[in-house]
Amino acid sequence: MTERLESREKVTGAARYAFEYPVENVAYAAAVQASVGRGEVVAVDADSVLALPGVLAVLSHENAPKLHDPPDGELALFQSRTVSYRGQFVAVVVGETLETAREGARRLRVEYAAESPDVRLRTDHPDLYKPDKVNPTFPADTEQGEPEDAYGCSAVRVDVTYTTPAEHNNPMEPHTTLAQWNDDGLTLYDSTQGASSVQNIIARVFGLDRTQVRVVSPHVGGGFGSKGSPRPNVVIAAMAARAVGRPVKFAVPRQQMYATTGYRTPTIQRFRVGADSDGRLNAVLHDVVEQTSTVKEFAEQTATPTRVMYQAPHRRTSHRLVALDVPTPSWMRAPGETPGMYALESVMDELAVATGVDPIELRIRNEPDRDPENGLPFSSRNLVACLQEGAERFGWAGRDPAPRARREGRKLVGMGVAASTYPAYMAPNRATARAEPDGTFTIRIAAADIGTGARTTLALIAAETLKADLGDVRVEIGDSSLPKATVAGGSSGTAGWGTAVVRACEALRAELNGGLPAEGLEVSADTTEEVKAREAFSRHAFGAQFAEVEVDADTGEVRVRRMLGVFAAGRIINPVTARSQFIGGMTMGIGMALMEESVMDREFGDYLNRDLAQYHVPSCADVRDVDAVWVEESDPHLNPMGAKGIGEIGIVGAAAAVGNAVHHATGVRVRSLPITPATLVPRL
Amino acid sequence: MRPFTYERATSAEDALARHDHETYYLGGGTNLVDLMRLGVETPARLVDVAHLPYDQIQLTPDGGLVIGAAVSNSALAADRAVREGQPMLAQAVLAGASGQIRNLATVGGNLLQRTRCSYFQDAAKPCNKRNPGSGCPAREGEHHNLAILGHSTACVATHPSDMAVALAALNASVRVRNRAGERTIPMDEFHRLPGAEPERDTVLEPGDLVTAVEVPPLGMPSRYRKVRERASFAFALVSIAAALDVDDGVVRDVRVALGGVAHKPWRARRAEAVLRGSAATRESFLRAAEAELEAAAPLRDNAYKVPLARNLIVRTLTELVEGTA
Repeated sequence: MTERLESREKVTGAARYAFEYPVENVAYAAAVQASVGRGEVVAVDADSVLALPGVLAVLSHENAPKLHDPPDGELALFQSRTVSYRGQFVAVVVGETLETAREGARRLRVEYAAESPDVRLRTDHPDLYKPDKVNPTFPADTEQGEPEDAYGCSAVRVDVTYTTPAEHNNPMEPHTTLAQWNDDGLTLYDSTQGASSVQNIIARVFGLDRTQVRVVSPHVGGGFGSKGSPRPNVVIAAMAARAVGRPVKFAVPRQQMYATTGYRTPTIQRFRVGADSDGRLNAVLHDVVEQTSTVKEFAEQTATPTRVMYQAPHRRTSHRLVALDVPTPSWMRAPGETPGMYALESVMDELAVATGVDPIELRIRNEPDRDPENGLPFSSRNLVACLQEGAERFGWAGRDPAPRARREGRKLVGMGVAASTYPAYMAPNRATARAEPDGTFTIRIAAADIGTGARTTLALIAAETLKADLGDVRVEIGDSSLPKATVAGGSSGTAGWGTAVVRACEALRAELNGGLPAEGLEVSADTTEEVKAREAFSRHAFGAQFAEVEVDADTGEVRVRRMLGVFAAGRIINPVTARSQFIGGMTMGIGMALMEESVMDREFGDYLNRDLAQYHVPSCADVRDVDAVWVEESDPHLNPMGAKGIGEIGIVGAAAAVGNAVHHATGVRVRSLPITPATLVPRL
Repeated sequence: MRPFTYERATSAEDALARHDHETYYLGGGTNLVDLMRLGVETPARLVDVAHLPYDQIQLTPDGGLVIGAAVSNSALAADRAVREGQPMLAQAVLAGASGQIRNLATVGGNLLQRTRCSYFQDAAKPCNKRNPGSGCPAREGEHHNLAILGHSTACVATHPSDMAVALAALNASVRVRNRAGERTIPMDEFHRLPGAEPERDTVLEPGDLVTAVEVPPLGMPSRYRKVRERASFAFALVSIAAALDVDDGVVRDVRVALGGVAHKPWRARRAEAVLRGSAATRESFLRAAEAELEAAAPLRDNAYKVPLARNLIVRTLTELVEGTA
C-alpha cells in the first residue's frame, strides 16, 4: 500500500501543471470558434482587433503559416477556409494578458458563407459506410457460422436496440500548452497523456526534426483519453509563439472543450441474440451505427467486446460510420468496451429475464473455453471467479428475481449485475536505470502520470526489481527528452512501461555485479523485440459489477445505494492507486448510466452542454458506497510483473449493472442512456 | 470579457447615485460574473452592493422576518429562526448550488439570477431574452428542462432559483429602493411571465436596488422538495415549496409553489383554491394537482414534467399530513 509519491506536491500546489510554468515575457492566446455549422470563412476583420491595446497578433487562414504535414486534420489549424463543424477553431488572438486576448477573440468579426449542417446520427443515413478498420486496428466486421439463420431458429430470441449519447471526457485540467521557441527548436509544456507522441507529431506538423521539439508534462490533471493525442491547443500555442516571438500560453476554456478536444461518439446498437431455453447462446448479432466527423475518421470499436465475451457458434459484429458535420469523436475511457458492454450486458440481462435463468448463472453457462472468435487460448480468464466472489460479497443469493418486488416506502429497490472486460495491451518502450554514486537509483522513461499513480507504480516495480528501498528510487517521467514511451492509453502503461523498467533494472543489477563505478552506472532497455516475440494468446482482464439502486416511484430519481466491482486483472502492483482507478471508473459508469449526455443541437450543429453545470458528472452525493476488490490471478503470459491494465475496466459494464438494477427495481427497461426522471416518470 | 470598472458602494444612496444604464449592481457575483465571462452580460461598471449594511436577518414582532439583501445564502439557511419558523426556506436554499457558491451568493442576487437555458448562455446564438427579437431556438431545440406553464412564443425559459420558490409560497415581498424612495413588491408580482418581453425577468426598473425580503410568519408545517438529475448541485427539473394546515382532517390553509416549470416561481393558486376546505386526502391532493396542471402546455420533450409535478404535489402534501418530512 503505497501512497502517491507526489501527493504532497499536489495537495500543496507545488506540483506544476502546464499553465503554471513561470516564463518571462509570456503572452496569451484565445481562440475563436466557428459560429456556423458548415461552410466557409469569407473574411476575418483582424485590423479592428489588432487596434485594441495589448493585442499582439491575429492568426487565421488569411495569414497563418503553412503547416508542414499535419497527420491529423484536427491539427491543420487555419490551413483552409473550410468550416467542418460549429465550434471549430478558425482564428486565434494573442494578447499581453489573458483578458486582452479573450476580449480580442470576442470582438473578432468573422464572416462566413454558411451551409446547413447535417448532424443527426440515424440508422437510415444514406452515407453510412463500413470503415476499413475500427480503433485501433480491428476489422470492422466479423462473422462466423450462419448467424441470421441460427438466430431465426433459436428457441428464445431477443431483438433490441440500445443507444448511448455523445459523452465528453471532461478532465479537470483543460487542454493546455505553453509554447516557447528558442535557438534549438520548440519547448512545449503540455497537458498530455504522451510526451513522446506529442513530440513526434508536432515535429511533423512544423517540419522540425524530432530532436528539436521537447515536451514537458510531469503532472497532468486527467485526460480520460482526450489527451492521448495532441489537440489543436498545441499547434495554436506553437504557432502563436512563433508569430509574436514570445512564449505563449493557451488553455482551452471549458466552454470550448466540448467542440475541440474529443468525445465519445453516440452509438445506436442493434442486438439480436438467440438462445436455447436454458439460456445457452446460439447466435449473437451486434450491429453498430456511430459517427465521425468530416475532418478525420475515428471509428469506435464498439462491438469488439462481443467478439470476446461469450460462446455462441453463430456470430456477427459490424460497425457502420457516417461522417457528419460534427466535432471529431475520439478516445474516451475504454472506447469500444464502454458503450459496447453497456449494450451487451444489458442484453444478457434481458436474456436472463426471458429464459428465467439467473443473470450470473446465465453468464457462467456461456463462458467460452477459448477466445470465441480467434480461437486462441486465454492467457487467463477469471470472469466466473469475479461473478461468484461478487455474488457472495454483495448478497446476491437473497435476491428475488421478480422485478418491482422490493419496495421501501415510495422507493423501489433493485439489484443488477454486469460483466466487465478490457484487453491487456502491451507496446514497446524504452527506459534507463541509473545507479547513482550515492547508492540511490534513477529510472527514466517518458511515461505519463495523468492522475493514475503511474509514477508510484513504476517506482515500486523498479524497487522490487533492484531489490532496493522505495525511498532510494527516483522516477523521472513526463518529458520527451527521456527514453521514448507510449501514451497513457489502452490501459497499457503498467505493462508496457513497467516491462521496460524491469528490463533496464535487471540489466543494471547484472552490470552492478562488477561493483558501482565512482561516476555511477547507467543502462537502458528497449522492449521492441520482447513484445514482438510474445506468444499468441488472447489477453484480457475481466470483472463483475454489482449495483443496488433505489428509484423514487413518484419522481423517477435513481440513486445508486451501493456498488461493488470485482476484478481479475493479473497482479495488482499498488492496491491504493489500483482501487482508485477501479472506483474512479465505476463512478464514471454511474455518470454514464444516470446523467452524462452531450446534446447535439440539430439547428446549429454544436453540443449544447458547455460547462459542468450543463454536463452532469456524479457529485459526491451520488457516490455513496462504491467499492472494488480483486481476485488473485497469476498469469505467466503477460509481462514480467504479471500485470494487466486497470485504468479502464472500472467503467466497463458499470452502466449496465446500474441499468439492470433499475429494471429489477421498477420493471422498466430503459434502452437509451442516460436513465433520467424524464424517461422513467411516464413509465413508472 | 469587456473591460469594466469596479466600484464599491458605501451606502444605498451612494449605490443609487452611481447607477447608470451600463451599470450592474454586484452581489456575490456567482451568476453575473459567469455571464460576463461568457459575453452574455457586458456591463461597463459594477457597483458592489454586497458590503452594504443589509446583512442582517431581523425578527419582526409578529414572528415574521426581514432578510437583508446582502445576507449570504449560507447564513440564511443556517439561521435558527428560519429553520424553525420557515423550514421550507432553509431547505430550499440548501437545495441550491454548492456550499462554496452559497457562501458567496446573496439573497438579492439569488432573486435576480438569470435562466440557465443553454441558448441564453451562448452569446453566439439567437435568444429573445438576451437579444430581443432574435428568436427562440429552444422552442424547437433543446428544452427538456424548460417551461410547461406560462411560457410564450418568445420564450420558454425557467427561473432557476430554489429560494424564490419558497419565498413565493411564503407570501414574501421584496423591498426595493430607488432615487424616488422605497416600495415593496409581493413575490408573486416580482418575477414576470415572459410574454412579449422575455428580456425582463422582473418588474424592477433600471436603478432599482433590492434591499430586503420581508417574510410574514407561517405557522404551519412546510417543506421544500427538489427533483433533479443528480443528488446535488443541479437545477430543479421540478421543485415544490408546500405548507399545509390541517384541522380535523380538513385543509384549513395551504401554500403550494412550483419551481422549474415557468419563467417565475409558480404559485399554484388553483390547487390551493381546490384544497382549502377539502378533506386532506390523497384524492383531494390529486384533484388539486390536476386542476393546477390543466393549464400546462408542455413542449415536445418536456411533457414528463406534467406527471412529475403532479406526483410531487401529491407526495409532498401527503408527507406533510403524515408528518414524514
